[in-house]
Amino acid sequence: MTTSRSSLALRGAALCAVVAALVAVPLFAPPFWITLLNYIGLYSIVALGLVLLTGVAGQTSFGQAAFVGIGAYVTAYLSTHVETLSWLPWLNLVVGLALTALIALALGFITLRMRGHYLPLATIAWGISLYYLFGNLEFLGGHTGMTGIPALSVAGFELRNERYFCYLIWVIALSALWMAHNLLDSRPGRAIRALRGGLDMAEAFGVNTGRLKIVVFVYAALLACVSGWLYAHLQRFVNPTPFGLNQGIEYLFMAVVGGAGSVWGAVVGAALVTLLKTQLQDWLPSLLGRSGNFEVIVFGILIILLLQRTRDGVWPWLARLVPSRAPPPLRSAAKPFLARAGPPPGPLLVVEAARKEFGGLVAVNDLSFEIRSGEILGLIGPNGAGKSTMFNLIGGALPMTRGAIAFDGKRIAGQDPYVIAGLGVARTFQHVRLLPEMSVLDNVAFGAYLRGSAGFVRAALRLDRREEARAMREAALQIGRVGLAAHLHAPAGSLPLGQQRLVEIARALAADPRLLLLDEPAAGLRYAEKQELTALLRTLKREGMTILLVEHDMDFVMGLTDRLVVMDFGEKLAEGLPVEIQENPLVREAYLGGVVEEKA
Amino acid sequence: MDLTITALLAQDGITNGAIYALLALAIVLVFAVTRVIFVPAGEFVAYGALTLAALQLGKPPGTVGLLAGLALATGITEVWVAARRRAWRDLPRRLGLYVAAPLSIAGIVYAAAPLKLALPAQVILAVAIVTALGPLLYRLAYQPLAEASVLVLLIVSVAVHFVMLGLGLWFFGAEGSRTPAFTNASFQVGDVNVSGQSLLVLLFSLLLIGALYLFFDRTLYGKALRATALNRVGARLVGVSPNLAGSLTFTLAALLGAFSGVLIGPITTIYYDSGFLVSLKGFVGAIIGGLASYPLAAAGSLLVGLLESFSSFWASAFKEVIVFTLIIPVLLWRSLTAHHHDDEPE
Repeated sequence: MTTSRSSLALRGAALCAVVAALVAVPLFAPPFWITLLNYIGLYSIVALGLVLLTGVAGQTSFGQAAFVGIGAYVTAYLSTHVETLSWLPWLNLVVGLALTALIALALGFITLRMRGHYLPLATIAWGISLYYLFGNLEFLGGHTGMTGIPALSVAGFELRNERYFCYLIWVIALSALWMAHNLLDSRPGRAIRALRGGLDMAEAFGVNTGRLKIVVFVYAALLACVSGWLYAHLQRFVNPTPFGLNQGIEYLFMAVVGGAGSVWGAVVGAALVTLLKTQLQDWLPSLLGRSGNFEVIVFGILIILLLQRTRDGVWPWLARLVPSRAPPPLRSAAKPFLARAGPPPGPLLVVEAARKEFGGLVAVNDLSFEIRSGEILGLIGPNGAGKSTMFNLIGGALPMTRGAIAFDGKRIAGQDPYVIAGLGVARTFQHVRLLPEMSVLDNVAFGAYLRGSAGFVRAALRLDRREEARAMREAALQIGRVGLAAHLHAPAGSLPLGQQRLVEIARALAADPRLLLLDEPAAGLRYAEKQELTALLRTLKREGMTILLVEHDMDFVMGLTDRLVVMDFGEKLAEGLPVEIQENPLVREAYLGGVVEEKA
Repeated sequence: MDLTITALLAQDGITNGAIYALLALAIVLVFAVTRVIFVPAGEFVAYGALTLAALQLGKPPGTVGLLAGLALATGITEVWVAARRRAWRDLPRRLGLYVAAPLSIAGIVYAAAPLKLALPAQVILAVAIVTALGPLLYRLAYQPLAEASVLVLLIVSVAVHFVMLGLGLWFFGAEGSRTPAFTNASFQVGDVNVSGQSLLVLLFSLLLIGALYLFFDRTLYGKALRATALNRVGARLVGVSPNLAGSLTFTLAALLGAFSGVLIGPITTIYYDSGFLVSLKGFVGAIIGGLASYPLAAAGSLLVGLLESFSSFWASAFKEVIVFTLIIPVLLWRSLTAHHHDDEPE
């Protein structure tokens, strides 16, 4: 006990010493270092936005440099053309941020509703347009740019010296880093990470993915704008060159080289690219016997090799050198989330003449059935019968061609999945859709997304801890319920398939559903695992859960379900108690093929 | 603005638009088969034009060294892969394809350069050497990542673009070149003067598009590529190798790029970095076609060419701004009409 405490104290002291040394560096370092340090800080802020956008949310932008340009040009123009007040530059920042948010919102709205590659293409076009616009507008100084931008002052102290400016840059950069770190470890953070697990997965737990992607893009753009504002007041002049497409691409390289999966990747990437660039610019031209930007050759080849070897950049490799901290203990004292009132007895979900056509193929042909409160209904049928399609119609993952579906008396056909999730419908996926690198706990906590309310700002400023503790408590509870309490902190991808299916069920339970939709939960499970799953589902039923089970494993459903609906070629073949279905000749024929006729 | 000027601008627009259309086809083709967004298309244009310019001067073009270098790098990669997998049987064929063939093309061009052959022969040499870069590039940069997401492939594409840009500066230098016109003939149609050069560009573009159509419609390889574009896994199951499809696609795309370069060389001065802007206009055309439809992409490229030439008349400083901002309403239109639940999970 004492040794660990003293080693802790030692480590604390060492940390303090390192921090003190870092704080002192800008006061004593040679000017060249200061310049580098300033640029690394400025670039880190932009790259951080790309870490969130590209590494975490799976979208990307080549136009970040243009947002940097907006920040720089807004303050440059306003502070040279409007009467100077000492606090004006800070007001200019607000104007720049507002303009950036507006443009990013518009670009995001246009491109992010479509498949992934339209945003990068639109940002290429946007980056180029803005560059030419800066260069051709007379009032922005054309290609020569604008000079005479005043220095920033903080609390009456003018930051004319690069050394002092360095502090401002790094205070902002480190705060941005801290906020991004907080954000990733929170309710909205889990939702952003879930975007990479496929949009329908995120939507099934109540995330409005279109909106969330736009918000992340705007956030990244705002970070870039802050960096540009700092840049303008550091350089005291602006011209279009540093805001062109090439710089935009370099920002993306920084994020990828450093490791787009972690906030520290932004700093590592910015530092590596900046240092490498200054070195290469020195000796490549003399090596090749020509002057020019030859460092791009090395950068390009580096990026290609890096992506071919590992897609995670340098940071994970560095992170191994730092001992990892133990996960924080769960606060079992946290107040539990309110649970929904159980549904009234009677039909909970009513499907009326549901129809789904894929081109000429009728996958679900005017199917009608209902699920009653508190029962386990099995939807079975041979492969290709249309079960999963029907399942996706209920969850809203597929739009219906015709027909009606009502949940607890409300029409849900035609609604987006995240709206249906909000009514109390939770699902699992036939092909497990967990985030493999995230812990089991975080994966399940994501299921409780709709039970919390913390947004970006609260999460980034760490004002969400009480709610977060409740989410963690809920997640741990559900993980215990499916019997995986021993694997709370394991990465979800490290578990065998059977346990991953249980994690999916725990995630659905964390949403406190009134209807649980299970898509082939027994597929790929071994005998003993199926037994455990059966026991779990029985317990859930006893506790009053309503479950729709899609399966083609007859043995598994027979002993478990209250009623069965049998589908074949998109139509309802039979409906009834498991015993009746077992005796039904039509069902036997569908499953075994033509044996009934042979008797004659 | 009178009729003569309108006709002149239209002629310019259509000529440039035809070249953008070739690039747009290359971009759509590459995306459909390999999911790679072909950012380096422009470098093939610049390389094509600058190679021809070097041959005109009787100098061995820089692309000779580049091709030889890439061939050797590919050879080393192939030997290394074969050694690691202990699969030597296929190696000689691959070395023949990836090393011997490009090296012989490079050798021929190197030997033929000082001879100052006739223009058509030089065009063939220039196109041959730049086209040979295509499959090597695919093998080295993209093939190891063939299963990666569109986003990763896009970042690789941008990196390849940067590398080729830097190499272009190294091999060709910062000076621009303009190749002589293929013909100085011109025709008077009413009040309007139609240049033979414009007609030739149009003719060649149409011929190439026609040849591509025949290739895709009539040949087994063409059909294999179409199958791969429709369904990658399905094509693989019936025996179409994705690597072969990728190499072939990049060969065709490089051919289209090189040809565009040769065609655009006499129209404007081409620098080592001019290709990017040219190919971006092809991109805008391709996006108008949703990166999927060849006829729409070609039509979109013509629109871009016309828009560019007319806006250079009215607001020449904002020419690029206007052309690239066009992409925004196009995307808006696509976004409002497209179904939006189609992201692929990673």
